[in-house]
Amino acid sequence: MTIPATSPTMPVLASASHVVKRFGGMTALDGISLDIRSGEAVGLLGPNGAGKSTLISLLCGLRRVDAGEVRLFGRSPLDPAARLRLGTTPQATSVPQTLRVSETVDFVAAHYPDPVPTADLLADFGLGEMARKQCGGLSGGQQRRLLVALALVGRPEMVILDEPTTGLDVDARDSLWHQLREYQRTGGTLLITSHYLEEIQALAGRVVVIDQGSIIADGTVDDIRGHVTLSRVSFRTGLPSSSFERLPHTVGVETNDDGRVTIVTADGDATVRALVLENLDVRSLEVHAASLEEAFRALTRNHQSGSVDDGPIRAHSQEQP
Amino acid sequence: MTVASGPRTSAPTQVTLIRAHTKAQVLEQLRIPVAVISSTIFPALALLFFVIPQQATVQDPLASLTAVAQLALFGVMSAFLFNYGIGVAEDRANPWSSYLRTLPVGALPSTIARALTAMLFAFIALIPVLILGTTLTAAPEAFTDGTLSWWRVPLSIVVWLLCGLPFLCLGLFIGYLCTSKVAIAVTQVVFFPLAFAGGMLLPPFLFPDWLNTFSLFLPSRAARDISVQVFTGGVIEPLSLLTLTVWTLGLGALALWANRRDEGRRFK
Repeated sequence: MTIPATSPTMPVLASASHVVKRFGGMTALDGISLDIRSGEAVGLLGPNGAGKSTLISLLCGLRRVDAGEVRLFGRSPLDPAARLRLGTTPQATSVPQTLRVSETVDFVAAHYPDPVPTADLLADFGLGEMARKQCGGLSGGQQRRLLVALALVGRPEMVILDEPTTGLDVDARDSLWHQLREYQRTGGTLLITSHYLEEIQALAGRVVVIDQGSIIADGTVDDIRGHVTLSRVSFRTGLPSSSFERLPHTVGVETNDDGRVTIVTADGDATVRALVLENLDVRSLEVHAASLEEAFRALTRNHQSGSVDDGPIRAHSQEQP
Repeated sequence: MTVASGPRTSAPTQVTLIRAHTKAQVLEQLRIPVAVISSTIFPALALLFFVIPQQATVQDPLASLTAVAQLALFGVMSAFLFNYGIGVAEDRANPWSSYLRTLPVGALPSTIARALTAMLFAFIALIPVLILGTTLTAAPEAFTDGTLSWWRVPLSIVVWLLCGLPFLCLGLFIGYLCTSKVAIAVTQVVFFPLAFAGGMLLPPFLFPDWLNTFSLFLPSRAARDISVQVFTGGVIEPLSLLTLTVWTLGLGALALWANRRDEGRRFK
């Protein structure tokens, strides 16, 4: 799969500048700035409560900002006209239970000037045979597929998907991924959130990590990984796991169920050298690159402990004006 | 699937959107036959059990018209209160309605569609009441003997629907304030006393004095009096119009307040 390269010359479709959103006493977004340019595929990553869904709800026109500004196709997202070229899916799987599948698609299609014909859209998503069925009678996977299909019915230039494949089996997920890559290949812009890092890696060219209402990293999947350069050094040992915590560059030490000890380290080479130099009791040593999830956990941990004091990591040039 | 490019045709008109939303809402309701049937036959059953057995009423054209008007309003009130009170509360809890708010459409088409849907089902509830009134009571005599003109029938239908407005606002108020389970209970608790004390089940001349006095302050009584007077060719009391207007404005303001309050609270 190739992700179309985007250049800073592509027009900005959606932007947030210095956006603040509070709920009661809690600050959900704390001065976030973000540009999404035409053709980009952006993955929004962060723990629950980080502010992902709040940011998305602002971009979709569901809520108002407390400070700062959100723009969608050059307008306020609260203006229905701004949403003409936007497609979204709800986070939860919710369909109108008693409407037929084709009626539901027709209904959403009625909101757009040039919708994809209902029969074509349903065929694309493998729902052609279900057209006459009531939505409530579809399986969970079919309902999710219908919701993603609805996001695309208006031929949107940008699609915002909040956890599009939650609860899907692998086949259903792969077929949805295929549809979304196809959409992107034809020039569509994608913003997705996901609990599955695999999904972000599969669909997004750019990853934006949000934690506690702020952007703490913004770059390509590889950049984010490379920036934290975490490695997992695992081995068998007779020593207690606590005896490895003092080694330089160690981020954390875990003990598996089978007794293997894993050091998560910011510098795998240095860790291995230290183990060898100190002649510690380690056997069947393995070194792996950390997954995006581990990189992300390290990022949020650093952020929380305040050790990233030089502001957000900008892995590539995404500075706001 | 391709991304649109080049000049695009213009966005759908408000009329198109209202039609699409009305169609979806009507279809959704029709597919739950129990809900449709219960709200449709309830006023007709009340007419059949409470009015038809009373020979004195059935043989008197004006008394029959009064009974039909009372139960017609009863049907409209129940359709509005339940459709809005419970419907809005359910919608608020439903992620699908949040999704609909991300579509390129303002709040107006779906609000109008909801009113049209409520009126349609209220109108459907009027049909069996009118049929029973025509076939089993002396009501048609008032028109056939020339006492009243036929235009009062369509006019009355419009007036009944308009008299439902305060209950529409009350329904909105309940719907925006309560969760759907609470809304069902509150709507039922509010509905029957309002209907009874408003003189929709028993005509107010049978009320004891204290109940009659109390009743005059209720929106249901004002709506009932106006509905009956328009249908039977009587004189509309200015006090009824005033009471109904004050209630409609008051409940409308409360509905608006609850709606605003809800915007802040639903996204906790």
